[in-house]
Amino acid sequence: MRQDTNMKPESGQQGLSLTALQHSYGELETLAAIDLEVPAGGVVGLVGPSGCGKSTLLELICGLREQTGGRVAVAGHEAAAQRLARCAFMPQRDLLLPWYSALDNAALALRNQGLRREPARAAAADLFERFGLGGFEAARPTELSGGMRQRVAFLRTLVAGKPVLALDEPFAALDAITRGEMQEWLAAALRTDPRTVVLVTHDVEEALYLCDRVAVLSARPGRIVAELGVPARRAEDRDAAVTDPAFVAAREQALRALHRGSRGS
Amino acid sequence: MHAIGAKGTTRWRWVLLPGLLLALLIGAWQVATSTGAIAELFSLEPYLVPSPVEIAESLWENRSLLAENAWVTLREIVFGVLCAIAVGIGFAVAMQRWRTVHDATYPLIVASQTIPIVVIAPILVVWFGYGLPPKIFIIALICFFPITIATLDGLRSVDPEAVKMMRTLDASRWQRFWRVEAPTALPQLFTGIKIAVVIAPIGAIFAEWAGSSSGLGHLIQSDTANFEVARQFATVAVLSAIALALMALTVLAERRVIRWR
Repeated sequence: MRQDTNMKPESGQQGLSLTALQHSYGELETLAAIDLEVPAGGVVGLVGPSGCGKSTLLELICGLREQTGGRVAVAGHEAAAQRLARCAFMPQRDLLLPWYSALDNAALALRNQGLRREPARAAAADLFERFGLGGFEAARPTELSGGMRQRVAFLRTLVAGKPVLALDEPFAALDAITRGEMQEWLAAALRTDPRTVVLVTHDVEEALYLCDRVAVLSARPGRIVAELGVPARRAEDRDAAVTDPAFVAAREQALRALHRGSRGS
Repeated sequence: MHAIGAKGTTRWRWVLLPGLLLALLIGAWQVATSTGAIAELFSLEPYLVPSPVEIAESLWENRSLLAENAWVTLREIVFGVLCAIAVGIGFAVAMQRWRTVHDATYPLIVASQTIPIVVIAPILVVWFGYGLPPKIFIIALICFFPITIATLDGLRSVDPEAVKMMRTLDASRWQRFWRVEAPTALPQLFTGIKIAVVIAPIGAIFAEWAGSSSGLGHLIQSDTANFEVARQFATVAVLSAIALALMALTVLAERRVIRWR
């Protein structure tokens, strides 16, 4: 089920390309030879046991960290600074800055990119309406519910205008019902504004619902033990999608791969 | 501890409770002095053990003298604390930014606090004269320490995930500092300033003792020679009032600046 090695991208190709990517903290090997291709606009899920290096992998992709071996290219660019310029990272906790309003938080990237406050806010305000946050522009992060905060955090990532979004367990801190709603919301957001997405999650169902493909990682040192195609692909009706027999079968397959991987196959 | 001003009841608690306790202590003191109990206990002349009423009288009679000298001391404290804030923030930011600066200065900053003020103060007076500069220097010397340490801790409490996030959102080093690190450290900076304004009056007194022609410390010193004990107590009361007022001012400023808490 491994990626066919004949399908290496040409340099200059859009999307994401990891080739024999390896990373160690000193003696400790965290990632062993990761091969992964994500076409532009593709959404790939990474699931795996805790501590398998999923977050490290995201940091490598974003150029926040240097690999110890192999190659990683974002839209054909391999230098860390070039990767950093093309990826936006959404951490597990929303990390909204409490000293800014919801709108100012969402506009953070535009402000960093040199835009003045008002045009930056105006640009973010358009998205607020579109993504169901209208009326909450002036709210302080502490006044928002968990789901709302996560929406603002996602918008903040989106507004940066990067082709690649690295999402690190974005909904892990939410309750089950809100998480389902947020998955539907994110699916809709990606339908209207497609990006190349790498989604790290513990939740196999979430990965199968939101992604085009799901890569299952083994226990440390992380390696991809299975890559699964996905039957649902961000269907509008999440409840119907996740109870579909093909989806249930894919989930079983993913869970089996996860169990094999966590035993350190 | 209750947040000050969080609720109507807690707003009054922080005035009412210490007020009651103070009234109780003053009442006990009044009884002990007006009956002559303390003077008798320590075989002292009664005028050496003034009662609260006598101190209040002295406070009133000497109001212009006390105000004049309080103004001198207040200026020393304010300038000293302002210098300490500037130096403290400067050190904290540089220590956070450059590891080498941190490692080189940290032991020296700690060592600076072991310099006995009573030893260094007269030397500074010899160098800089009787005026304001040696007082500002001494107050800043004892006050920059809590500000530096607290601010440094505040800067270090920044969430590394937030820094990563900001980096992928194209934040420059400066933008990360102004938009994430500085606001994160603000509460700690205020903690440092609160400690500083309370210890600053002690520094001012020592500085004035080493050599001055005015100020509350100077007044206490000359009153010691003249056994003006009631006025000494009155002077101490004024000094405490200064510290309390500066503390209240700092808390007000903190609430204005840190609106998100």
